[in-house]
Amino acid sequence: MAALKSARLKETVEARYRRGAGRWVVLALAAVFALAMLSPFLLMILNAFKSPQDYSQNGPLSLPTELYTKGLVNFWNRTEFPLKLWNSIVISAVVAVLGSLLSLVTAYAIGIGRVKGRIVLVAIFLVANMLPQEALIYPLFTMANAVGLSNSRWSVIIIFTVIQSAFGIYLLSSVLSTFPPELLEAAALDGAGRFRILVSVVYPIMRPTLGVLMVFFFIWTWNEFFIPLVMLTTNATQTVPIALSSLQGDRLMDAPTTNAGALVSLLPALIFFLIFQRTLTRGVTAGAVK
Amino acid sequence: MAAATRRRPPNWLGYLPYLAPGVLAFGLVIGYPLAMNVYYSLFRWKGGLAKMNWYGLGNYIDLLSDDAFWVSFRNSIAMVVAMVVVPTLVGLVLAAVLFDYLGRRFGTRVAAVLRATYYLPQILPVAVAGVVWNWILNAQTGAINVILSGLGVAEPPDWLGNPALAMPSVMLVLIWVQIGYPVVIFMAALQRVDPELYEAAELDGADWIHRFRAITLPQIKPETFVVSLTCTVAALKVFAPVYVLTRGGPEGSTLVPSYYSFLNFFDKSKVGYGAAVSTVLTVVIIVVAVVILSFQARSERREREGR
Repeated sequence: MAALKSARLKETVEARYRRGAGRWVVLALAAVFALAMLSPFLLMILNAFKSPQDYSQNGPLSLPTELYTKGLVNFWNRTEFPLKLWNSIVISAVVAVLGSLLSLVTAYAIGIGRVKGRIVLVAIFLVANMLPQEALIYPLFTMANAVGLSNSRWSVIIIFTVIQSAFGIYLLSSVLSTFPPELLEAAALDGAGRFRILVSVVYPIMRPTLGVLMVFFFIWTWNEFFIPLVMLTTNATQTVPIALSSLQGDRLMDAPTTNAGALVSLLPALIFFLIFQRTLTRGVTAGAVK
Repeated sequence: MAAATRRRPPNWLGYLPYLAPGVLAFGLVIGYPLAMNVYYSLFRWKGGLAKMNWYGLGNYIDLLSDDAFWVSFRNSIAMVVAMVVVPTLVGLVLAAVLFDYLGRRFGTRVAAVLRATYYLPQILPVAVAGVVWNWILNAQTGAINVILSGLGVAEPPDWLGNPALAMPSVMLVLIWVQIGYPVVIFMAALQRVDPELYEAAELDGADWIHRFRAITLPQIKPETFVVSLTCTVAALKVFAPVYVLTRGGPEGSTLVPSYYSFLNFFDKSKVGYGAAVSTVLTVVIIVVAVVILSFQARSERREREGR
């Protein structure tokens, strides 16, 4: 009886949800806001393939009268885009792999090994994550020069592997500290040593979390600006965001070149995001709940 | 007997080899450079092979009377408004509207699509976003001003070139970049809330505003702390948008501490001075983070005691 009553009550509530014109107003407002958020993207797409004459005559809001690809070609050649793309991919992918590896191994010692002073260690990693890169850059720059890694992708890879794993260690340590002890004990009884347990017990169970971490590390490293700007000084080593921004203020950077350049520069991140969207939203949540 | 040996605390010393690479790497890439940066800040130094001249705390004393330094930190407050205050408040309302209002009336798909749209600016390289906005806001060839002159505005404003307008323009871009982050986090947080709580409140005749204040806000408090901590740190560190949009100009109106230290390091060849600026920034960030974290701890403690 009570169940029936509550079911009917629920129905009335749901019916109330579906009523009224107010909801359309709210939806319209949310949609207008979404359109405003999208407008820079729309402007970029509209003007990436529009000739400069067309742009100065018809403005940024019109559809292009013809498909003008000179802007894209111009940007592609001037920045040697395939090279920049390759640099970005290499740096981000290597950092994603090495960073999550370093995070896992260190967090293994902290979360499962429960080494002494682990709370202080985690606090240090947390602070390291917040430091402004400006406070590290000049010594890092000097150090890279001293060991022959000036203007080398490896210098950036090493730096970001460590910076990104600050977050990874923090996250994985707290996840691993709740790792089911039965599993560890069972493996230990089977005669598995610490390394064996890490490789065949902890790693397989942590794989989904490591996947999220790798997606994060890849995108974060891809989007990094300051350290690559300082460390990578020539065309041969620069990443996509640096290449795009280095063309700024150039006389030849007309609207189609800027927009086509921005478009191809954000495409990799966008594609990556769409592929891993589910993993990512889950990851953002995982980061939020500490 | 076997149980007793099993229950013996694990020998943590055996795990030190696993800790070593991480600690070593951190010492090398973060600890040592941080210490060296503080060391540099005690010198007058043009960088590279130039001679380092001991200056003691001189750089820090010079900072006190340096207008640009104070301006840069005052501008940090504007960055906090644009990257923390506005996105958190607007994000809160948007998340609640999407989750508790539109999601129920039009289905979760509609809410998911809107959320993805708001989140989109978060995924692109911020330098790319800056380059696009730089074009949109350009005084002569920018999209906004071309539209405005098309509408017959004789002298459209110079959005990034006018000292009075540059900061609001940069803030607008940062709000646009930042807003999706709290929306996604808050919506995830709202999923933890028992839906019956809302239904019960609604049956009791509580309207949307009441439910927002009585249920939504208290439930997402932990996430609010996380968002305000991460965004405040990001706002204090902001560099790329300023570099790409205005380079700190015009007339220093958008100068921020990170850009000011960068200028001293690589443009003015005042390495010691730049190191001092970045050291002060580091201290400010750590202090602010500790303050936010202790607020969080206090709020959690109070909640536990209240129960």
